[in-house]
Amino acid sequence: MNSSALIHAILDGVLTGSVYALMATGLTLIFGVMNIINVAQGILVILGAYLSYSLSVHFGIDLFVGLIITIPTLFVVGIVVERFFMARLKGPERTSMSILVTYAISLIIEGALNMIYSINIVQLNAWYVNRSFRIFGIYLPYIYLFGFILAVVLLASLYVMLYRTRFGASVRASLADQVSAALVGINVKRVSTICFGLGVAVTAAGGMVYGATNAFNASTSYDLISRLLTIIVLGGMGSLGGALLAAILMVTLGDVVAVVWSPIWSSPTFFLVLVVVLSLRPQGLFGKQSARVA
Amino acid sequence: MSKVKPSFWGLGLAALAVFPLIVTNPTYTSIGVFALLFMACATSWNMFSGYSGYVSLGSAIFYGCGAYTMALVSTHVHMAGGAAQFWLVPLGGLVAMVVAVPVGAIALRVRRHTFVVITIALFFVFQLLAINASFTGGAAGISLPLIPWLFNYYNLPFYYVALGMVIFATVLSALVRRSRFGLQLLAIRDDEDRALGLGVRVTAVKLTGFTMSAFTIGMAGALYAMFIGQIYPQFVFEPNFDITVALMAFLGGFGTLLGPLLGGLILESSQQYLTLSFSNGSLYLILFGVLFLLVILFMPQGIVPAVSKWWVGRGEKRARESQAGTAVSTASTMKANPTVDHAPAGAKP
Repeated sequence: MNSSALIHAILDGVLTGSVYALMATGLTLIFGVMNIINVAQGILVILGAYLSYSLSVHFGIDLFVGLIITIPTLFVVGIVVERFFMARLKGPERTSMSILVTYAISLIIEGALNMIYSINIVQLNAWYVNRSFRIFGIYLPYIYLFGFILAVVLLASLYVMLYRTRFGASVRASLADQVSAALVGINVKRVSTICFGLGVAVTAAGGMVYGATNAFNASTSYDLISRLLTIIVLGGMGSLGGALLAAILMVTLGDVVAVVWSPIWSSPTFFLVLVVVLSLRPQGLFGKQSARVA
Repeated sequence: MSKVKPSFWGLGLAALAVFPLIVTNPTYTSIGVFALLFMACATSWNMFSGYSGYVSLGSAIFYGCGAYTMALVSTHVHMAGGAAQFWLVPLGGLVAMVVAVPVGAIALRVRRHTFVVITIALFFVFQLLAINASFTGGAAGISLPLIPWLFNYYNLPFYYVALGMVIFATVLSALVRRSRFGLQLLAIRDDEDRALGLGVRVTAVKLTGFTMSAFTIGMAGALYAMFIGQIYPQFVFEPNFDITVALMAFLGGFGTLLGPLLGGLILESSQQYLTLSFSNGSLYLILFGVLFLLVILFMPQGIVPAVSKWWVGRGEKRARESQAGTAVSTASTMKANPTVDHAPAGAKP
């Protein structure tokens, strides 16, 4: 082990961690507002990656320019899924049912993607995927930097929307307490639909960067969703800042373990950290301790 | 809980017992073995998750541990393939229970929603361990001793052992349901804080239930490994298993006794049939996903509560009609209060 490999791992962790943060923020937003665990988030990321793939291969559209098309597309997908399936779920087992429904949706998308794109592994391509820049004596492809900037810009705009606009205030009110939010006149149903759409829309950007930095096919989504779920539980479910911090922490840790020890133990460490943290802090790093959860 | 007549249980059991004697085609009897395995798993899963409301999506941990116990022990002691291996089935269950104690102790520190996600995460820990650890044989899997039974009769012993497992799981689940312990689990499902306030030792009760439910699932995993003769970490520690078992219970009726049995029977046989008829894996995924969605959206309560509600409603209607025929005056008084909620307790989550 040498220090430049370690720097590489940390840098890589922070840069890709921000992309994971973006994807996990969508997941935790959906959970926080609607009490729905969207296990289809993983396959939606892959769907976003494949959309970018098609646009760049068949129409020659640049990956970043293509986001103008893919982000709204996935936003609509999210709205449709919410309207048709999530809004129908009621009763005390709603959260558990939501896992089953979104899992069914992810199976359908997985089957469709396998049929359309075959199970051969692909990776997105562009000049910034192949060319590297030099930083701290190591070389990194430009996509890591661009992906980081994209994630930061999107996360920042999400935060501005949540903390500086009227709509954001109603989202935060719904996050805090749905019943009280409805009592002060917030249309919680509408807020939920839009949040679901937003939570899914971020997977377009996340998927594009993921697809450019990793080789993928539809079954990659299992690894992805397990990581995303770990991140939001670690950060505290429903906590936006927690998801951000946990994502960067976990991805960096995984990368460092891969360098220091072995890539084989990178994923188990990821999950073992979760287990250790939860034994000490069951509500996650930033989760609110709910006094009464029915 | 809806009351099902004892004669119905007897009839169902008799039908399952004679099935492989009437349908002797090994293709169908092997579907029967899988269906029984999943019925046992779903019933056992429901005994904890259905009663307590803590939905576990990590049951494949126990299935995998049972399967690996069978595979590792039978290969390490150089067992001859055959009936003696059946003794390892309960051992698989015991190992699963031992594993369930620390898993439950970690996962049950949190409340329901987070519990679901932690069980998923812990499941992936075990899957990765099975793939990467040295003693499991890694991704190449393990070949079990070959069982020298005739092809035509190969499935039969497995079928009856699996049937015994289903009976065991059902009886255990019924006993738990009627015991003080079962009531404590149900109290946790309805209102955990109130149950705690009333003196239920919730943590101990949850952990006991979780560990108990691991036993049958571990046995099923062990029997599965023996039946298949070759295991791979991805196939015994499989995320689909977690979800399928939960779906079976939801399809039949979450928290009911009969529900998981029906759900397991219907879902596993149709799944096996679909796999056999559609060699195209992607199409199969889509069909299974659609089937899955339809079930959840149109029968959110599950088959058993929906049917028993309909049955009770029908009885009420008939009684009302006959009453209306004899005395018109009572019919008008009934109209004043037409909708009485007769949902059976089992349907009320």
